[in-house]
Amino acid sequence: MGDLFVLAISCIFINNILLAQFLGCCPFLGTSKKMETAVGMAMAVVFVLVMAGTLTWMVDTYLLKALDVEYLRTVSFILVIASLVQFVEMFLKKSIPGLYAGLGIFLPLITTNCAVMGVCLININEEYTFVQAVVSATAYAIGFGLALVLFASIRERVNLARVPKPLQDTSIGLVTAGIIALTFMSFKGMV
Amino acid sequence: MAQSLAKEFTKGLWAEIPPFRLVLGLCPVLAVTKSVENGIGMGVATTFVLVFSNLLISLLRNVIPSKVRIACFIVIIATFVTIVELMMQAYTYELFLKLGIFIPLIVVNCIVLGRAEAFASKNSPVMSIADGLGIGMGFTLSLASLGAVREFLGNGTITVWGGVPIFEMGGNFLPFKFMIEAPGAFVGLGLMLCLMNLIGKK
Repeated sequence: MGDLFVLAISCIFINNILLAQFLGCCPFLGTSKKMETAVGMAMAVVFVLVMAGTLTWMVDTYLLKALDVEYLRTVSFILVIASLVQFVEMFLKKSIPGLYAGLGIFLPLITTNCAVMGVCLININEEYTFVQAVVSATAYAIGFGLALVLFASIRERVNLARVPKPLQDTSIGLVTAGIIALTFMSFKGMV
Repeated sequence: MAQSLAKEFTKGLWAEIPPFRLVLGLCPVLAVTKSVENGIGMGVATTFVLVFSNLLISLLRNVIPSKVRIACFIVIIATFVTIVELMMQAYTYELFLKLGIFIPLIVVNCIVLGRAEAFASKNSPVMSIADGLGIGMGFTLSLASLGAVREFLGNGTITVWGGVPIFEMGGNFLPFKFMIEAPGAFVGLGLMLCLMNLIGKK
């Protein structure tokens, strides 16, 4: 239990998927201009990442390793993720329309979010057990949401400031992200 | 014909150079540019995938039904990524270890899928190769230049290939460790973007 807690903390803060491992930077910059979209994206990622992490672990263990075809990992993972996203989209549209409207266009975008694929691959590379894989997927997803929401709230304030012209938009966004990453580095000694 | 071919090729090198003009595919840009060598390795791998997936998608563009095109594109891209992965494992194992999960993650690099959707699915195979090659080389160039800035400031060396630095600062130089850590990647790219905005018209 204690080990799992340490794993969760290190996945959320120390190895934060966005700020320390640079996965999922496109949605990070793309959806962080407004708080609303940032929250939508964060929720969609938490939702899909937990399911994808669980499912790909099972596919890898019971299918790829059992049949000795590990070289098909990249192809099969992307297929699992793409079909999962499609399935989740159809399911939500039918049964929970409120949530579907909230997540809106962010759901299909998740297929090409490298944070999802990245976490699935990390789980396999680190040779996590099933429980560890689920915990790490959940924790990475929370870390993603945390960083995204933090960044969006700062970016909303930056938009009100007078930024020099060449630095505007993405450029100042990246510098801001750098400063947040710097603060996240101070978590390094924690575990 | 020759002129438009050249145009498709050169637009990737300046007018639409990723990731500065097309802000796509930032993850590998930020993650692997700790040295010039990693940047070039990643760039060449991405170029390979871009050129061949563009070619195949362009050849199949009239066969693929438009409703399931994204899924088809992703499978084609994933196939070439697997080829690159296996080849790098065989021939450049050290580089493969350094780039780690970012090689399989070329599958979800938005540049590759973006070119497939925006260009290869609408143009002839020859044009698509030129487009893929141009964008790929532009990407390699950006990765190498960001890598050069970060490696030079962060480590005081410039390593182009094979792990041996071709340039080393003297003993008095105190490396700026911040630059090869995570925050340096964001700040470095942000400032380079600013420089590009300053010298070129948008």
